Amino acid sequence: MKIGKHLIGIRGLSKADITHILDTAEKMKEISDRPIKKVPALRGKLIVNLFFENSTRTRSSFEIAEKRLSADSLNFSASTSAVQKGETLLDTVLNIERMQPDAYVMRHASPGSCKFISNYVKGSVINAGDGAHEHPTQALLDAMTIREKKGGFEGLDILICGDITHSRVVRSNIHLLKTMGANVTVAGPATMIPPHIDKMGVKVETNFDRALKGKDVVMMLRIQLERQTKNLFPSMKEYYLTYGLTEERFKLAAKDAIVMHPGPINRGVEISSEMADCRESVILDQVENGVSVRMAVLYLLMGGGEDEASN
Amino acid sequence: MKLLIKNGRVVDPFSGTDETLDILVSNGKVLSINKKIAVSKDIEVFDATGMIVAPGFIDLHCHLREPGYERKETIESGLAAAMYGGFTGVCPMPNTDPVNDSAGVTSFMIEKAKKVSPVRIYPVGALSKEQKGEELANYAEMRDAGIWAVSDDGRPVMNSQVMRKALEYAGSLGLLVIDHAEDINLVAGGSMNEGEVSARLGLRGIPAEAELIQIRRDTALSRLTGQRVHIAHVSTKYSVEAVRMARKKKIPVTAEATPHHFSLTEEMVETFDTNYKMNPPLRTADDVKAVIEGLSDGTIDCIATDHAPHAWEEKMVEFDRAPNGIIGLQTAVPLAIENLVLPDKISLKRMVDAFSTAPARIIGLGDKGRIEVGKEADLTIFSLKKETLLKKEDIKSLSKNSPFIGRKIKGAVMAVVIGGELHRLREK
Repeated sequence: MKIGKHLIGIRGLSKADITHILDTAEKMKEISDRPIKKVPALRGKLIVNLFFENSTRTRSSFEIAEKRLSADSLNFSASTSAVQKGETLLDTVLNIERMQPDAYVMRHASPGSCKFISNYVKGSVINAGDGAHEHPTQALLDAMTIREKKGGFEGLDILICGDITHSRVVRSNIHLLKTMGANVTVAGPATMIPPHIDKMGVKVETNFDRALKGKDVVMMLRIQLERQTKNLFPSMKEYYLTYGLTEERFKLAAKDAIVMHPGPINRGVEISSEMADCRESVILDQVENGVSVRMAVLYLLMGGGEDEASN
Repeated sequence: MKLLIKNGRVVDPFSGTDETLDILVSNGKVLSINKKIAVSKDIEVFDATGMIVAPGFIDLHCHLREPGYERKETIESGLAAAMYGGFTGVCPMPNTDPVNDSAGVTSFMIEKAKKVSPVRIYPVGALSKEQKGEELANYAEMRDAGIWAVSDDGRPVMNSQVMRKALEYAGSLGLLVIDHAEDINLVAGGSMNEGEVSARLGLRGIPAEAELIQIRRDTALSRLTGQRVHIAHVSTKYSVEAVRMARKKKIPVTAEATPHHFSLTEEMVETFDTNYKMNPPLRTADDVKAVIEGLSDGTIDCIATDHAPHAWEEKMVEFDRAPNGIIGLQTAVPLAIENLVLPDKISLKRMVDAFSTAPARIIGLGDKGRIEVGKEADLTIFSLKKETLLKKEDIKSLSKNSPFIGRKIKGAVMAVVIGGELHRLREK
């Protein structure tokens, strides 16, 4: 079953598509436990990792996924590229295109940039984060982690708290979790919640304590230090006081609630150290699942056969 | 040689005329208007049967880019687009390089225009020196060189004291002040309308309130000074209401709307096609409805294009990095026909008024916007039945940044008459 040519966003994927990706990711997970962590599924395919924005976690995760599927990969980062010399995004991509890549994994600060590029290339485009628009593989690895811990999505109460306005993780997660039947609440100060976000089918709550009540999943978002200068909140200390996840606050959530975070975490800003490292925290499971999910996505988009993957 | 426009439906909002008439033109002027004017050998005849004959259309708001940005557009290419779009006169905005804040630049534009096109230009001078919003530009010097209004257009005047003084001083000289009403602090780097779609796409939004607040300020200053203010490209429901309310209070405010703001909605941005990026941004269906109602009841006086050419490579970038605006001179009339007149949302007479009589009145062109014996013959002749298929190669602008390329739009401009000269633009 194909899930399409590109993965630009979660929006547009069906429940069946998402389930299929997650099922495939589960199969992929086993490969990482083998002594020789490699299958020949994408042998001879060239994948270009186009990162116009810094990333450690996502890029490493994609690179490992590519290597485990035996693809050849090329890393392209903006700091060492022609972008610095004033080349446009489209020109950069058209140049690389002549080197016959089979797929692009792209991260860029502008919403819609992956969609834009997908109109001009032959291969697949996988969005690794485009501004505040989408970050589909993050939502998929979050979903994989939730499914592992909770068994499914139907009726789950999920809270996402932090800078909703600037978060691509939130948007992909909302699309995914709503499609899978979960209830989603977003929380944070109103300075960081875009008006009309409720039209995406989520509840909006500015009081963190009230938002936490009875939640099965609590997902905290990274607070970017530079936002402080834009009057989104007055200080880190004040943010922690009102929206930091502490052990005391976490008691408000459901008994068997789990704690998630897309990383990198700011201890003492959006989450206390105790909460980051607690038994209920699945933050490192998310990282681990990231590789499996990205293997699944690359494999499904680039058209490998099912048998090959399980070899 | 005389020119006879035969058997057209003459619609002149100024006199209230709406009937099938012949118009005889001689020496650049209208010689007679009658039911049947006899044809003779020394008369060139244009058979306007089935067509509308209107006073020449005037665009209050366009960007011709020359001097300074000749890669995007020149006065020659821009005026060619204007003529093909049915405009016999246009008002180029001052954001050229150098900015049109002096008699030198104004004269250059006027002289250049005379050389390259019969289309008339009525330049808009800068409201402030270099459009910086600080010191008033030399209005009298520019007026004597040929400007008809002042505006800082794309760079909204944030300082209310500067705006007050501009209104007072321009008023003293008989010049109109046009404001791109937008609170740039509230815009905060946004690149589309703030709403459901921006929330979903993660693009920074521009709230309708950014426009509303500045319109309220402008109308308050208009009341304070007793001077006229013209609001450029009204795009939201709140803005239409604010203008309507000010009018009720007899504040001398006028307003314009662009074809894209009555034809397109913010949903188009989902494509991330930068030809849907403009300022003010495309708004919601509710806003489009309100803009159309405003045009219908006259709250919004006129239709202006905000023709904004940008080179291909400038628009072929990430959405939030692309410049604002689309070309509009060649699509304005068909879009008004298709979206306003044919669905019966505004009358044909109101549409003609919005394109000719109203802009002429607003900018103070006493003899324009009317068809009258003894006056210069500037006419726009169009068909409600013909269709316009906008092909890239038919675009006269140097820039092709239009979301309407390849689209069939009902209505077509057939010919214009400028100073008595007939220009046939399309086969019947």
